[in-house]
Amino acid sequence: MKEKIIRKERLGRWLEDLRKEYEIWAPVKKNRLVFFHPTESAKEIYFDFLNTKKTPKDLFFPQSEVLFSFRRGEIEKETHSVLEKPRIIFAIRPCDAKSLALLDEVFDSEDYQDPYYVERRKGTLLLGMACTQPKTTCFCTSVRGGPFEKTCLDLLMVDFGDERYFVEAVTQAGKDLMGKDDPFEDAQEGDREKLAKIKKEAEEKIKSKVVIEGLEEKLDKIFDSPLWDRVHQRCLGCAICTYLCSTCHCFALLDEKVDSRGQRVRSWDSCMFPGFTLEASGHNPRISNKERMRQRVMHKFNYFVKNFGQTACVGCGRCIQNCPVNIDIREIIEEIKNE
Amino acid sequence: MQESERQLREVAEKLLTEKKVDVIIGYEKGTLPLRARPAFIREPDEAKRLVWNSRCENNLCFYLRTVKEKVGIVAKGCDTRSMVGLIKERQIQRENVFIIGVPCPGIIDRKKIEEILDGGELWEGVESDSQIVLKGEGFEEKVDKDKLLHDACRSCKHKNPVLYDTLIGKEISEPKIDEYSDVEGFSSKPDNERWTYFNEETGRCIRCYACRNACPACYCPQCFVDQSLPTWFGRTPHLSDTLIFHIIRTLHTAGRCVDCGACSRVCPMNVELRMLNKKTEKDVKELYGYEAGTDLEELPPMATFKIDDPQEFIK
Repeated sequence: MKEKIIRKERLGRWLEDLRKEYEIWAPVKKNRLVFFHPTESAKEIYFDFLNTKKTPKDLFFPQSEVLFSFRRGEIEKETHSVLEKPRIIFAIRPCDAKSLALLDEVFDSEDYQDPYYVERRKGTLLLGMACTQPKTTCFCTSVRGGPFEKTCLDLLMVDFGDERYFVEAVTQAGKDLMGKDDPFEDAQEGDREKLAKIKKEAEEKIKSKVVIEGLEEKLDKIFDSPLWDRVHQRCLGCAICTYLCSTCHCFALLDEKVDSRGQRVRSWDSCMFPGFTLEASGHNPRISNKERMRQRVMHKFNYFVKNFGQTACVGCGRCIQNCPVNIDIREIIEEIKNE
Repeated sequence: MQESERQLREVAEKLLTEKKVDVIIGYEKGTLPLRARPAFIREPDEAKRLVWNSRCENNLCFYLRTVKEKVGIVAKGCDTRSMVGLIKERQIQRENVFIIGVPCPGIIDRKKIEEILDGGELWEGVESDSQIVLKGEGFEEKVDKDKLLHDACRSCKHKNPVLYDTLIGKEISEPKIDEYSDVEGFSSKPDNERWTYFNEETGRCIRCYACRNACPACYCPQCFVDQSLPTWFGRTPHLSDTLIFHIIRTLHTAGRCVDCGACSRVCPMNVELRMLNKKTEKDVKELYGYEAGTDLEELPPMATFKIDDPQEFIK
C-alpha cells in the first residue's frame, strides 16, 4: 500500500483539493468542547485534541432521524438518507473508527441492512489520526485495538512531531485520495523506523489495562450475583455513558405528529432510562438502575460477544471521563473478574 | 479540611458501630485525578474511606430516594437546603435520616480546570488549603482555589448546613455578597443577546438527563419527558425539544431550586443554565418573599396564599 509524507503546511491544500468532491468533517473546538463538524477550511480544524467529546457515531446513526412520514394510513415519503455529497471524516481516532466495525455488525449484517446507516457508511471515507497522546483512561489495547489500529480506516495519518505527517493508505479509496503526488513527498530514510518508534511509545503510554479474556464466561455465571447491588449504587441513571459511547446503538421508534402528518422518528435510546424495555402492559423487566447497569455491562461484554464474536467496547474511556459520579468500567470489569 | 475529614470518619464509624444507621452516604476518593465520588459505607472499619475536600461535588440527596435503609448522609449547606425541601414535600422523613452537616467553603468546578488545561489531560492534582497544583504531560500549574470555585459556590450565602444532627468542624462565616449581581447583569442585556445565549446553551444538550437526575428537586416518578402516552415532547436533540425541556424543568423547580449547582456540574456538554434558575429564584424571593430550603415550617409559595405577598405582578 501507499506510504507518503505530507508537510503540515501542505495539509490545507490537500484538504482544499478534497473539498471539491467531499464534505470534510473534522475536529472543531467550540465552547471548550471538541466535536466533529463540517469545515470550510483547514484553519477551522483543531489538531491539538486528545479525542472529541462526542463520538462521530451520530454521523452514521444520528441521535434522531425521520424514517418516513405518513398521512391517513398511507406512507407519504420515505426519507432514505442520501448524502448530498460524499463525506470525509478527517482525523477520526482509531478507536472511534473501530467502533464502526462493531456498528456494521448490527446495522449492516447479512440478515439486516439498515438503509439509512448503510447509505451514510458507504458515502463516507475515514481518515484516521493515530493517537500519539492517549489519555490515562484509554484502554484500547485491552480490547483488540490500539493507538495505530487501522480497522475501518481508509487512511492512517501519524503526526511525526516535526511538522510532517506520515500517511498510509489502508484501502484503495484511501490511496485514491492521495491522488496526484503534488502535496505529498516520499518518506525519507529513517522514517519507517521513526514510525515504529512513535507507535511503540504510544502503545507504552496506554497504562490502563482491563482483562476481557474469560469475561464473557464469567458473566454467564453471575447474572444474579450481589455484585450488581454494589456496582450500580452510585449510578444516577442518566445517559451520559451510553450517549457518549462509540458503540452503544439502542434506539426507540416514536410516531410524532407534525401538522396533519405523522412522522416515524428513530431516536437514540439508553438502557439507563426507565422507559427502556418498558412493555405496553406496564411491566418492565429492568425495573431499577441495578438491572439497567447490568444490561449495559452484559450487552457489551457478553451478549454482543455471543452474537458477533467481539466485545462491544473500544476502550475510548469516554464513559469513565464523563460519568458525573465517576463510575469506572475498568473497576467494574475488575470486580466481575474477582467475583 | 484534614481535621474535618478525621472527625467525619470518627462520627461515621461511631454511627455504624452503634447501629444508629445502616449506611453512611458520603464521599470517597475517585479513580480520576482530583475527583471524589459518592460512597456507601456499611461497615464501621470502612469509614476510613470517607473523604471531605473541595471535590465533593455531588448533591447526595438523589440517594435518599434509592437507598431504603436508615441513612446517615454527609451534607453541605446546599445539600441540607435540598433536604429541607424534600422533607417539606414529604419525600423523605426527617427521622429516617441522620444528617452529618459539613460547613463548605465551596466546591471546585472541574470545567474551570478543563479550561486551564485547554484540551490537555490532568494527570495529578494536589490540593492544599488555598491552592491546587495541576500536573499533566509537560506542565505544572499552581492555581488559587478561589479561581476554581463553581459559580454556584461563589454566590452561595449558605455555606453552613441549615439542618443537621451533628456538625463536622466549625461553622464558617457567611459572606456578605450580592448573590444576584450576575443575574442582574445578564437580565440587563438586550433580548436577542439573551435569546442567543439560551439557544446556544440548550443547543448543545444531548438529552442525557444527567441534570434532571442529579437534581434533588426532580423526583417525579415519571418525568414528563419520559411519558409516551401521550408523548409531550419529541426525543430529538433539536432546539424545539431541548429548549422546552430545560424551560419546563426550570419552571417545575421554581421556588424549590436551591442553586446547589448539581445540574451544571454533571452536564457533559457544559450547558450552563444557572442564570435561568437563579433568575427564577430571585423572582420567587421578590414575588413571595420566599427562599427555598431555609425553613422547615414555612409553606411552599405555590402551596399557600398570603395576603401580604408582595404581589407586584397584579396591577
